[in-house]
Amino acid sequence: MKAVTTITGPAAPLLRDNVDTDLIIRIERISQLVRGQLGPYLLETLRYQGNGPESGARSDFVLNQPAFRDACTLLGGKNFGCGSSREMAVWALEEAGIRCVIAPSFGDIFYNNCLQNGLLPVRLNAAAIQRIADASCEGANVEVDLRQLEIRTPGIKAISFDFDAAQQQALLEGLDEIDQTRRLASKIANFRQADMKARGWAYFA
Amino acid sequence: MNTLFDKLWDSHTIEHLPGGVDLLQVDRHLMHELTGVEAVRVLERRGLAVDSPALTFATVDHVISTAPGRRAGDEDWSTQMVDAMRGQMAHHAIPIFDIGKTGKQGIVHVIGPELGLSLPGTSIVCADSHTCTHGAMGALAFGIGSTEVVHVLATQTIRQKRPKTMRVRFNGRLRDGVSAKDMILYLIGRLSAAGGTGHAIEYAGDAVEALSMEGRLTLCNLSIELGAKFGLVAPDETTFAYLRGKPYSPQGAKFDEALADWKALASENGALFDREEMVDASAIGAQVTWGTSPEHVISVDDVIPDPAALDDEPRRNAAQSALDYMGVHAGQHLDELSVDRVFIGSCTNSRIEDLRTAAHIVEGQHVAGSVTAWVVPGSLSVARQAEQEGLDDIFRSAGFEWREPGCSMCVGANGDVVGRGERCVSTSNRNFVGRQGPGARTHLASPAVAAASALAGHIAAPASVAREAGA
Repeated sequence: MKAVTTITGPAAPLLRDNVDTDLIIRIERISQLVRGQLGPYLLETLRYQGNGPESGARSDFVLNQPAFRDACTLLGGKNFGCGSSREMAVWALEEAGIRCVIAPSFGDIFYNNCLQNGLLPVRLNAAAIQRIADASCEGANVEVDLRQLEIRTPGIKAISFDFDAAQQQALLEGLDEIDQTRRLASKIANFRQADMKARGWAYFA
Repeated sequence: MNTLFDKLWDSHTIEHLPGGVDLLQVDRHLMHELTGVEAVRVLERRGLAVDSPALTFATVDHVISTAPGRRAGDEDWSTQMVDAMRGQMAHHAIPIFDIGKTGKQGIVHVIGPELGLSLPGTSIVCADSHTCTHGAMGALAFGIGSTEVVHVLATQTIRQKRPKTMRVRFNGRLRDGVSAKDMILYLIGRLSAAGGTGHAIEYAGDAVEALSMEGRLTLCNLSIELGAKFGLVAPDETTFAYLRGKPYSPQGAKFDEALADWKALASENGALFDREEMVDASAIGAQVTWGTSPEHVISVDDVIPDPAALDDEPRRNAAQSALDYMGVHAGQHLDELSVDRVFIGSCTNSRIEDLRTAAHIVEGQHVAGSVTAWVVPGSLSVARQAEQEGLDDIFRSAGFEWREPGCSMCVGANGDVVGRGERCVSTSNRNFVGRQGPGARTHLASPAVAAASALAGHIAAPASVAREAGA
């Protein structure tokens, strides 16, 4: 996984609650396209007139507005990424250039999927998100600093955010979980040996 | 004093890792083709092997055809995906429950319990958010992402942060014609679609204890729609009786050994939850969603609420867009809405009890002329049972299409979709924008409401509910 430190660029406001992963990437895109082809289909129901980019962009959608075409942060509402576990929602965001989502809360599975891919999910109260949105509504740069746990944008005071220290470290270093877990092989083997004795019924011997 | 959740979590913890993350043993890894094929490819590209193929079980449910006489997908791409899954599972010695005369194929969350794979006290993961369904067995079951699947395949473990705990007690008795689906939709309406975020929810109380296994599976299935990755019901005699003799349940002396462990799986008196909620079960009516989030839900006889009454702007924005998308307006009665489609199926409501309920309502009657109505059983075993009971004939005579098992129109991954602008009463779990197809308008409801709506041609309460409301 690639490391995350600071993300700088416009922050597009998509301030509505319950933006679900079906809306972020439609089912037929994840079944019929592969990773690397998803970017153009991010939020396609909101972004285009009809099916896919060929149908024409909707000018009223935030990511189609000149100020936010190159957005690398998305400002969201409550429960962002709720619903389906599809990790392709994170991949689609990533492929469309979004590297950070700031929202009051996230779907639990989506949040984990973000961490797995180095897409920074920042939990922040709605009032603070609104302040960032107001200050950057012309497309001003928003700087999200994972090392300092701080969001900076011209015209307002820096806003700090909480982040789990272990997860922060993992993102900063871009650690691979499989490699880390494989180092615990002997602990896993010991656990399993004891467990097979204690809960023989749970295994198929 | 421990909660049920604590017991499940602690008994699977191999190692505490920094930041409140634990490394957990995975007892059952369930796979389906939509998320499975790509994960196995990543595993292979990394040169990793499957750690525990004997604890991994696969099926084909998302893109498989549901048309009678099917062999794989309806199109080339879906057939290729199904065949790729078959090839991968054979290569890695992972059992796959496939279609065919004696096959055990079905929706992954239907077959896990019915095969006796999903047992009390086990940990179950699947790259599918509705894995919370299996918590109804008293299992630690949760959905994971694709990268996490690779981790599970390679190590048979998963790294997870321990969630908070919540208990929801449904006290009292449900009214006639009101089901587990109504209980959970009602709860989502009260607590919001993010009400359970970050929590593992244990459902308890008389109304939960009175539910059949099928009802409990429906209840836990929608936990994720409440924001919770985990839903749980403490195992009891209903659970034990259900599991006895299932193909993958422990047999003989092993069953008794398991039973002794399972009986200890309950929250202890005085165990502390981070949050507790109470619901009066007798106050719950038949629920129907009007919008594009499961929290947009009302009783079938209520009117659609006005977004202007919401003071929170993002919430108001979402509600207003939902009205526009659904082609409905504030103050409207649901029975004014004519229906194009009815879908009875999905991991929420496609089990034998659901089909019996719906068949009972439509028996001897016919769907309204304008309605295309489908029944998609949750598994081959559900389908066989239903056929034995003659339910397929009842549905066909009533004008329903009787299809082969799969996720089908709940998610439209295989091409079973609701047309643009069409209104569908669906027993599935998500009324998201475009969920059942681009532009599709979904109203979530119970099998009883879906069946009654198919007959009426508009959203309608089943007669038993209507009688009770009038009484």
